Amino acid sequence: MTADLPPLLEARNIHKRFGDLVALEDVSFRLEPGSFHVLLGENGAGKSTLVKCIMGFYQADSGSISVGQREVSIRSPKDAQRLGIGMVYQHFTLVENMTVAENLVLARAHVPHVVQWKDELDAIETFMRGMPFQVPIRRRVRQLAAGEKQKLEILKQLYLGSRVVILDEPTSVLTPHEADEVLAMLRDMAHEGKVSIAMITHRFREVTEFADAVTVLRRGKRVGGGRSAEFTPEDLATLMVGSKLPETRLDRSPNPTPTAVPTLEIEDLTALDDIGLPVLNGLTLQVRPGEIVGIAGVSGNGQDQLVEVLAGQRSATGGRLRVRGGAYRPTRRQIYECKVRLLPEAPLVNACVSNMSVAENLAFRVFDRHPYTRLKWALSRSALRKNARARIRDYKIKTPSPDTPIGALSGGNVQRAVLARELSDEVSLLIAANPCFGLDFAAVAEVRSRIVLARNAGTAVLLISADLDEIFALADRIVVMSKGRLVYETPTERADLNEIGRHMAGHH
Amino acid sequence: MDVETATSLGVWGLPLAIVGGMLRVSPPFLFVSLGECVTEKAGRVNLGLEGNLVMGAMVGYGLSYLTGSAWLGVLAAAFVGALLGALHGWLCGRPRVNDIAVGIALMLLGVGLAFFLGKGLIQPTAPRLPSFSLGFWSGRPQVVSALTIDLLFLIGVGLAPLLGWAFNHTRYGLVLRVVGESADAARAMGYDVNRVRLWATVFGGALAGVGGSFLSLYYPGSWNEGLSSGQGLMAVALVIFARWDPVRCLYASLLFGGASALGPALQSVGFTSGYYLFNAAPYALTLIIMVWSNSADKTSAEMPAELSIMR
Repeated sequence: MTADLPPLLEARNIHKRFGDLVALEDVSFRLEPGSFHVLLGENGAGKSTLVKCIMGFYQADSGSISVGQREVSIRSPKDAQRLGIGMVYQHFTLVENMTVAENLVLARAHVPHVVQWKDELDAIETFMRGMPFQVPIRRRVRQLAAGEKQKLEILKQLYLGSRVVILDEPTSVLTPHEADEVLAMLRDMAHEGKVSIAMITHRFREVTEFADAVTVLRRGKRVGGGRSAEFTPEDLATLMVGSKLPETRLDRSPNPTPTAVPTLEIEDLTALDDIGLPVLNGLTLQVRPGEIVGIAGVSGNGQDQLVEVLAGQRSATGGRLRVRGGAYRPTRRQIYECKVRLLPEAPLVNACVSNMSVAENLAFRVFDRHPYTRLKWALSRSALRKNARARIRDYKIKTPSPDTPIGALSGGNVQRAVLARELSDEVSLLIAANPCFGLDFAAVAEVRSRIVLARNAGTAVLLISADLDEIFALADRIVVMSKGRLVYETPTERADLNEIGRHMAGHH
Repeated sequence: MDVETATSLGVWGLPLAIVGGMLRVSPPFLFVSLGECVTEKAGRVNLGLEGNLVMGAMVGYGLSYLTGSAWLGVLAAAFVGALLGALHGWLCGRPRVNDIAVGIALMLLGVGLAFFLGKGLIQPTAPRLPSFSLGFWSGRPQVVSALTIDLLFLIGVGLAPLLGWAFNHTRYGLVLRVVGESADAARAMGYDVNRVRLWATVFGGALAGVGGSFLSLYYPGSWNEGLSSGQGLMAVALVIFARWDPVRCLYASLLFGGASALGPALQSVGFTSGYYLFNAAPYALTLIIMVWSNSADKTSAEMPAELSIMR
């Protein structure tokens, strides 16, 4: 340890309300110099609000913040930067189309009128040499992998001279391997006394394996904390959700026979992304009736584009698609005839028209057919409403009336409405892309059980998810997607997490 | 150029006529596209530069006539262009204002205002910008006259690499690019996005005004209502063609200038059929470039991410 430790950061008795919502209630947090401290909690527990109060985005209603034993008033992130406190955000704040060096120089409080690039590059290279990890400084940020971008965000804080670095879910965009690497480096730098680290997360493993201390928040209150060595993952889970973890694996009928004719066959599929670069590079996959195939992978490896091609939102540049043995082009007619259904992430944006009523949204798949449309043009409002009432009842959608605009419903109820629309008829192929993203516990359980029910009824399910736990809970077979290809396949019961992580990271 | 100029040179007549035409026709393209390039780098589109161009032409001519100094005319044109740019930048800084719509409105305003105020300038003759010839090596008077260029064009030629350098090596250039690439990132760094865009639009407007003054003070060199044939609008397409690089803007301007000179050049060697068709060459070129560069599958990687025309 060096004598020149980072300052002690302390937040005492912080209260913060937004209107009627109490976001933080008497929360205290103490970040010891040179330690790695985790803030643990579910979505909406108040972790982000707490660090935003420290960073000066919000002003606490009451309570105090002190840096190095001195009480301070932090009015903006600039004040925080002056005190040596920097933050790495969940979404990258880098400018994609500029180089690493340009991003670093621009982040400084004072950029010279004329930038002497030779001197700057020399200085940045010297700085990089003293760091535990490197990023190629002349490359454009858009060419960096997600892990490198995350490292660059951290390096940027160190380059700016921050001694206290706050990170908001830094590992959510990383592969397990990259996450371990970054976390180990952060821990080592903290233990060398270079920085203090405060990290927001909801993964217990990161607490037990890397952190020195932990603070658990639930519904705006501090519900526990202390030295992380004193907690088991079960303790943390209990504190975090207020009960034991729910049972993950769901009841299911036996696995399908491998000889059945595949419902979906994808052969050598290729496609380009928005800037014309290859993003799917010869993807081949089969999904059989009564089977859930889970595609795991770090986001940005072509998953979005695969869903878009299957949904008809992007044209493929090569390869073949077959559904139930016949050639498949995702036109409205073929989607209907082949009984293909889609559960996208962010359903309000991707599967609904927010200003149209619940009844209208529930009828998007069928409104142009009998009995909703008569004589090819006359839409029957009463048939739509009748259909909507049945779906609202069956799927327990909480809505004031069938005529309410769907945008007024909560996230869980919007996803229930989409489930009702997509799953209430016979379905041969269901494509689900991060179907539980941003939903609460109850809605997640509902969505997952509906997917398993569909599978048990003989639907072929293609599940694309950034959440490995979700894939393990649902899939019969796991495939790993990397750089637009499927690089690894395993039945779920024999799946090895390390092996999957290695392939997700592109080490294969 | 004169008909006998080209015919007497034989085979070399046509290329010489095209090069000569290019040197005269491309400067307005060059100034407007450099201005638009700066504005678009900041993430905003100013379609109103046609209005700046025509206003610049009128005011430049008027001032040159009144003061007897063509350079004062150029300055006045830049000033009026900057004012129109400031109006665009200020309007677009209001909430929920679309830069494309404002641009079209200001284009109509600028052109209309110039025609209204310029009524009295159609008759008188104003001093023109000084020029010299790059054809001094040749004894032939036709070559000397075809290769005549003016100082303003040279300034534009120098400005293109200067701007390219500034985008990468100065604080102002870097901040401009951040604002154009990610307004969120710029705000996180503490820059006022609207103010940067306002200045970028003012600068772009001023350059477009200078481009206009070239029309009335050098070539064709008088003020009338048919002076601009949509160069201001074509320059916007040209920036896309040049993929937001000032030096490529220069090449693209020369190419467009050459295409515009094709019709007159052919006429000068006695090839008269299809004259109007060849005059349409720059417009056809605009169309082809727009189709080629804007296909849905390959949006350019160099495009500033904040441009609303692409969202």
